[in-house]
Amino acid sequence: MAQGIKDKVAILGMGCSKFGERWDASPADLMVEAFEECLADAGIEREAIEAAWFGAGIDAFHVGASAMPMAIALRLNYIPVTKVENMCATGTEAFRGAVYAVASGACDIALALGVEKLKDTGYGGLPQRSRGVENDMYWPNLSAPGAFAQLATGYRARHRVNKRDLKRAMAHVSVKSHANGAKNPKAHLRREITEQQAMDAPFIAEPIGLYDCCGVSDGSACAIVTTPEIARSLGKDHLVAVKALQLAVSNGTESSHESWDGSHLKTTRIAARRAYDEAGVRQPAEEISMTEVHDCFSITELVTMEDLQLAGEGEAVTAVLDGEFDAEGKLPCQIDGGLKCFGHPIGASGLRMIYENYLQLQGRAGARQLADPKLGLNHNLGGFPHQNICSISMIGHM
Amino acid sequence: MSKGITGFGAYIPQGRLRRSAIAEANAWFDASLKGLGRGERSMCNWDEDVITMGVEAAGDCLAGFDGHAPPALFFASTTFPFLDRQNSVVLLEALNLPRQTLAMDVGASQRAGTSSLLALLQGTGDGMVVASEHRRAKAGSRGEMLWGDAAAAVATGGGPVIAEFVGGESLASDFVDHYRGGEFDYDWEERWIRDEGYLKIIPEIVESLLSGCNVGAADIAHFILPTDQARAPGAVAKKLGIAPGAIVDNQAATVGVAGAAQPLLLLAAALESAKPGELILLTGFGQGCDALLFRATEAIGSFRPARGVSGALAARREENNYARFLAFNNLIERDTGKRGETDRQTYLSGYNRRRDLVTSFLGGKCRICGTVQIPREKYCVNPECHALDSQDPYPFADKRGEVLTWTADRLTFDPSPPAYFGMVRFDGGGKLMMDFTEVDEGGIESGSRISVHFRVRQYDPQRGFRKYFWKAKIPREPVPAG
Repeated sequence: MAQGIKDKVAILGMGCSKFGERWDASPADLMVEAFEECLADAGIEREAIEAAWFGAGIDAFHVGASAMPMAIALRLNYIPVTKVENMCATGTEAFRGAVYAVASGACDIALALGVEKLKDTGYGGLPQRSRGVENDMYWPNLSAPGAFAQLATGYRARHRVNKRDLKRAMAHVSVKSHANGAKNPKAHLRREITEQQAMDAPFIAEPIGLYDCCGVSDGSACAIVTTPEIARSLGKDHLVAVKALQLAVSNGTESSHESWDGSHLKTTRIAARRAYDEAGVRQPAEEISMTEVHDCFSITELVTMEDLQLAGEGEAVTAVLDGEFDAEGKLPCQIDGGLKCFGHPIGASGLRMIYENYLQLQGRAGARQLADPKLGLNHNLGGFPHQNICSISMIGHM
Repeated sequence: MSKGITGFGAYIPQGRLRRSAIAEANAWFDASLKGLGRGERSMCNWDEDVITMGVEAAGDCLAGFDGHAPPALFFASTTFPFLDRQNSVVLLEALNLPRQTLAMDVGASQRAGTSSLLALLQGTGDGMVVASEHRRAKAGSRGEMLWGDAAAAVATGGGPVIAEFVGGESLASDFVDHYRGGEFDYDWEERWIRDEGYLKIIPEIVESLLSGCNVGAADIAHFILPTDQARAPGAVAKKLGIAPGAIVDNQAATVGVAGAAQPLLLLAAALESAKPGELILLTGFGQGCDALLFRATEAIGSFRPARGVSGALAARREENNYARFLAFNNLIERDTGKRGETDRQTYLSGYNRRRDLVTSFLGGKCRICGTVQIPREKYCVNPECHALDSQDPYPFADKRGEVLTWTADRLTFDPSPPAYFGMVRFDGGGKLMMDFTEVDEGGIESGSRISVHFRVRQYDPQRGFRKYFWKAKIPREPVPAG
């Protein structure tokens, strides 16, 4: 019987670039920015890294294929570097590779880095791209907001929520994240917004308006992981360890089988159950201190609260409007500003979210520091509600 | 047993452009357009063309039968999307007709439809003619004002017929009233066409046909002369001695003249109203003339298409935006935005593997667990089953369903934003994320009833190709619940 990943691997150091419209920075520049901070935090030399995982989501639009762009940018020492891509879960996938490598005993110290340079396309939003030779013949030409807007219509139909109530809760999600992001010097969008602004903004994909969408940014984040024993031997205390690392990938049930009605994310529910089992969490709403969830769109965050069992089914609208996930609420969500304010450089996001929970657990989150957090959850969702990849990782004190 | 017509169908795009919108935009150049600015003309949506309209008209006709598969399928048009890719075979596969069907394109004349019908009836008599037309005319031209887009289908056979084929004749004459050697038509003076063309060529052949059939002109109850000249049918009828009341209206005020589809569209209209024993005289004019004479039988009322001409006429949406008409007909170069710049190549070998899904809209039904699904993949999608190679082909083109989720996407590229798409759940099982076409703002909700329609999905102007797939539509007429 597998024992799971809990407490087998510790985070030795992390780094995160400034996110934003980084007209000044190439992907390599962003990688170096995150890597330099990470190395300093870990207190090691680059030569101590034995293996690396490199995440880039839409590489054709910036670095190109393979692991070489990272090996070259960071001048890694001819070590094994693996390129990973799993849509918006890419950053967490890189982390999973490095953590599993250490846990297996194949290496002592491993690096995970994610990067995305989205602002070289010449237009707003994610790059327009092929879905594959056969899918392009019959898939709707859907944008990301178009895909996730359907979660709102599915949720409304399932729970008989009226349009205005759901839209108001969606607006609250974004207002809360903007308030958090305003306090974060590394965030892209650092301006508070009002509920009315969010409600009145033009539709991008009905009912998703401008402020229901996360930003589109450039950025990079990375982590160096090792065993708790080695971390201690390097003089680290207050270790932050990996508690759970789960991934659930759609197998076509949601898109083609009647058992799914479009109102929730099946993968998130499955990955959450597995992650809680792996981490030994029995009452997630009580035991988890903070969450960084995949708020690509406000509706995604709202529905995810239910899928993670942090709100009762059909009760997220009320929970959100009651401020349960605000900075002062009982379970703060996106305390760093989330994808909403950081934007979503695809390959980097998962690691950026882990970075925030890591800072919080170490008491280094500055103006947005929460009181005595113990366990942080990170959630990524790649793809579309009807066909996606969900990664859930949890980190906490040893 | 006599040969004749066994069924008919029609399709008129629901978009109807107010002619005054054309006149208002163009009168600064040609004030005479104001005189033509009455009524409306049909216009294809951006995702409609000759093939998609043909699928609709043929489907309208086939719906009146119980599983009819015509052994021959003639497809008539002067505006086929492909010059060399048998358009009738795309039509055939979209209709899911047997591969043994003789499929053939007939083009290059306004009488392509009537000549096809005559060839069928003078041969085995068993088959179907589908005529469809989507003519482009120069901005501000007479053709833009007077023409419309439409399709019609006529099924023929030797069994119980609704209109018996009494006789038919054809006359060839290189009378060049107009021609299309390039992108647009070029025509000669209307008065000359009327006096030297209609009034000489048509009477010659009609008199020959009627005398051969021992029928007097005064006995004709329905006289069809497809033309965009409003007075020509009356003048020809008078010369022949056909009663003015017998002239079948060219529907200029409601549809516009639909080129090679016009004769069959008017024939379908006549068949809708014909009474037993009535004679229908169908002509087709263009480098000569075809004339076909039919007599409605006692069975005339027994065939009902799904929608027919009257149903298609009634399913209309008024369009007042001339600029949209220009864009849909590729008459102006619109800025698509950078998202419109993406490559849209079709990988033909990949298409070939997916033809059953893309063109015929076939999914699968699992023999083990009975789950209906689309697309049909190797393993059954039912989580309790997952059997390998267990699915029989299962048609979705005739299924109705309901909207599960939807959105109106203003970010993605679409020739007519916003792009509507969402998850559709079909009656009888199966669901699919698909495009919706021709959605009215505020006209869609979860639970809305839908039917599915063969439409253009994407154009690849770089390579002169276009992709087709099925889209969901909330019909203008009510769709019965599952």
